[in-house]
Amino acid sequence: MTGELPPGLALQKVDERIMTLNVGPQHPGSGHMRIIVQIDGDYIVACDPDPGYVHRGEEKMAEYRNYITNIPHLERPVIHDSCNVLYPYVLGVEELVGIEVPERAKYVRVIASELNRCIYTMYWLAIYGIFLGHSTMFMWPAGDRELLIDLMEKMTGARVTHAHFVPGGVRNDLPPNFEDVCLRQVNYFEKRIKEYSAVFYDNPILIARTKDTGILSREDAIRLGTTGSVLRASGVDYDLRKKEPYDVYEELDVHTNVMKEGDSYARSKVPWLDMMESCNIIRQALQKMPKSGSVRTKLKPNPKGKGLDSVYKRVESGRGSLGCYIVSDGKTEPYRLKMSVGSFRNLIALPYLLKGEKLGNMPSVYWSLNYWPVEADR
Amino acid sequence: MSVIAPKFKLSEFIKSLLDNAFWAVLILSLIGIPAVFIVLFFIEMPVINGEILTPFLALTWIADPSRTLPIVKAFMATDIFRVMVFPGFGFAALLAAGTIFIERKMLAKLQLRVGPFYCGKFEGILQLMGDGLKLISKEIIIPAKADKPIFWAAPVLFVAAAAAFVALIPVAPGWVVADVDLGLLGVFAVIGFFPIITILSAWSANSKFPFIGGIRALFQMVSFEIPLILSLLGVVMLTGSLNLSEIAASQSSFPWIVFLPIGAIVFFITMLAELERIPFDLPEAESEIVAGWLTELSGMMYGLVQLGTYLKLYAFAALFVVLFLGGWNGPMVVPPFPAEILTEGIVMGPITAHIPGLPLFTQEMLNGTLWFVLKTVAVIFFILLPRGVFPRIRVDMLLNLGWTKLIGLAFVNIFIALGLLYAGVLGPGGLQ
Repeated sequence: MTGELPPGLALQKVDERIMTLNVGPQHPGSGHMRIIVQIDGDYIVACDPDPGYVHRGEEKMAEYRNYITNIPHLERPVIHDSCNVLYPYVLGVEELVGIEVPERAKYVRVIASELNRCIYTMYWLAIYGIFLGHSTMFMWPAGDRELLIDLMEKMTGARVTHAHFVPGGVRNDLPPNFEDVCLRQVNYFEKRIKEYSAVFYDNPILIARTKDTGILSREDAIRLGTTGSVLRASGVDYDLRKKEPYDVYEELDVHTNVMKEGDSYARSKVPWLDMMESCNIIRQALQKMPKSGSVRTKLKPNPKGKGLDSVYKRVESGRGSLGCYIVSDGKTEPYRLKMSVGSFRNLIALPYLLKGEKLGNMPSVYWSLNYWPVEADR
Repeated sequence: MSVIAPKFKLSEFIKSLLDNAFWAVLILSLIGIPAVFIVLFFIEMPVINGEILTPFLALTWIADPSRTLPIVKAFMATDIFRVMVFPGFGFAALLAAGTIFIERKMLAKLQLRVGPFYCGKFEGILQLMGDGLKLISKEIIIPAKADKPIFWAAPVLFVAAAAAFVALIPVAPGWVVADVDLGLLGVFAVIGFFPIITILSAWSANSKFPFIGGIRALFQMVSFEIPLILSLLGVVMLTGSLNLSEIAASQSSFPWIVFLPIGAIVFFITMLAELERIPFDLPEAESEIVAGWLTELSGMMYGLVQLGTYLKLYAFAALFVVLFLGGWNGPMVVPPFPAEILTEGIVMGPITAHIPGLPLFTQEMLNGTLWFVLKTVAVIFFILLPRGVFPRIRVDMLLNLGWTKLIGLAFVNIFIALGLLYAGVLGPGGLQ
């Protein structure tokens, strides 16, 4: 063999000390993806995340369905956060079609999206717990999540995939007496998640394991384009609910949680603090919401965009900024739809964070990036 | 209601019972009884109470329970009973099974769940049996490139080593399978086998994740063996003996944990590491290396390793009890055996049965076993508890803990023991 081969086909020189591990796609610590890790002893030399195992072509599918029938399948990327995933699409379609949303519907949307953010974060936290070998932290959030799932079921009729947001408002009005039940459950939920600090966030072993591992500096976080809790854990105060308020977020007092450290511990703590903030927002929204009124502006059947037009809307989802770009050519279906998701943006940081880390830190650093494989693949 | 379960009919139920009984009687009378007689023809009959044991005599024991007791007692004096049933394998396996049940239910309560619930009608008490049947019925898959003889042998060796460990534990005065003078040294020798078996199993699987897990297990066990041995030296100094029965007997007034709390703590932590329990379950860290050195084991091979692990857990807890908590020593709570039964017999309705060999166990033995089991269960509880509270630690933290902190503390413990001896608090002329 000569050296004439193109670079991709040439045999790589392999150091005998280095072992290549395929972490995933069938591995308890990978999710629906593969991380190709090269280790030298216990140290990670190189890491190559390989997503794409759950690519379902949501964006292409959206081109064959009209604006209303797109709703149920566009929430599939993150079923636990389905309201937030749908939010930018619904906002975009409203602008394309040109309809106004009733005031009460806006508040209902905020409540639903904050509840969904908590539901998603609890699921994420449960998996973070089991990735660190803490089985109680797997069971507690998975159980306490049910409180909010019950609320969402009362509100929308479905436990997980709600399809509740429609262009023009929300599908149904709140059930009677929902405000009281919601306030009670949310208060209890907040009390419960505060107890997690004793068993998890103040746990000396957890702190020793995750402090100062996988440090993402402020500059790197901005340069790599990370969003959401990862960015806020690196000391950047960036939250779309505050920076680009949509619906009624500007009328609510939104407080963002920022930590300076940028390590795995901070990245795991910021979503937990965000959940408490979500509880505050829900309480405010329940207080300020108009007690009666319409929740949905009637659309004409098969709404159309107004000629050649495009719109880009983004919201703060559980995993960071989630944008939806819709191009319309005046037909009932979108000409092109593109989702820009926080998961994929955060995953970009993984190879930089894992380089030089120990193998034992891989699960904690990987999952602290607030990454959802299905959303990244779409 | 259910489609699968047919409707219950009493007549069919009775008919099925009669069918089964018919076949059982037929098979027994055509095959069983001739087989028993053929076997008995060739072996020499034992003599029990001056009578030659014949099948007819054996049949009379079924009718008269008082005649069964002498042979039961004779059997209990044999070594095979000690190895298989009481202080040995059967007793340990029973406690290990209880441990698994307690672990599941306790962890479930801690995590606001129910735990095993349906299997066995009452709180899922037969769940372990179901799991065992599942493991037995599963196919054993051997990796194509595995070193097959070693890969097959490793789980068996693991259980054998765990059983050897169990054999060294004295349960009650005089009740120990292997009463060795160098018992504690024997324990260290058996503990030294586990890393070898682990690395053999991991390496012979010829797979990456088991290999990493095996190396981790090797690191962990070897680096924690030193503080383990050092932490027990204090007890050996105070008692002047390596015989575990003597060590247990020496704590009749004070358990050694009163004088050597640091040694007990060090031993407890190293015990958790040797047992690969959370927070030291690095060799089986599932989010990093799948199941560690158990990854390629399937079916009953995995079941055997689990059996060995829980036997080891029982043995370590029992060792802690024997060395630090006073073994079988405790207040006498078992009432004495009423001697009237021997002299006057038991009134059973119209007849009065004189049962000559009735006290199968002495009062001391029953009392000792009771205290031993209570203490062991308490220690096992504290071994299980960290699983619900702590996350897993990392290799470098583990080695740092083992080589610096625990060894240092173990030396502090040795100096405390030396100080107690030279000050005359303990030892000849002292408290004990």
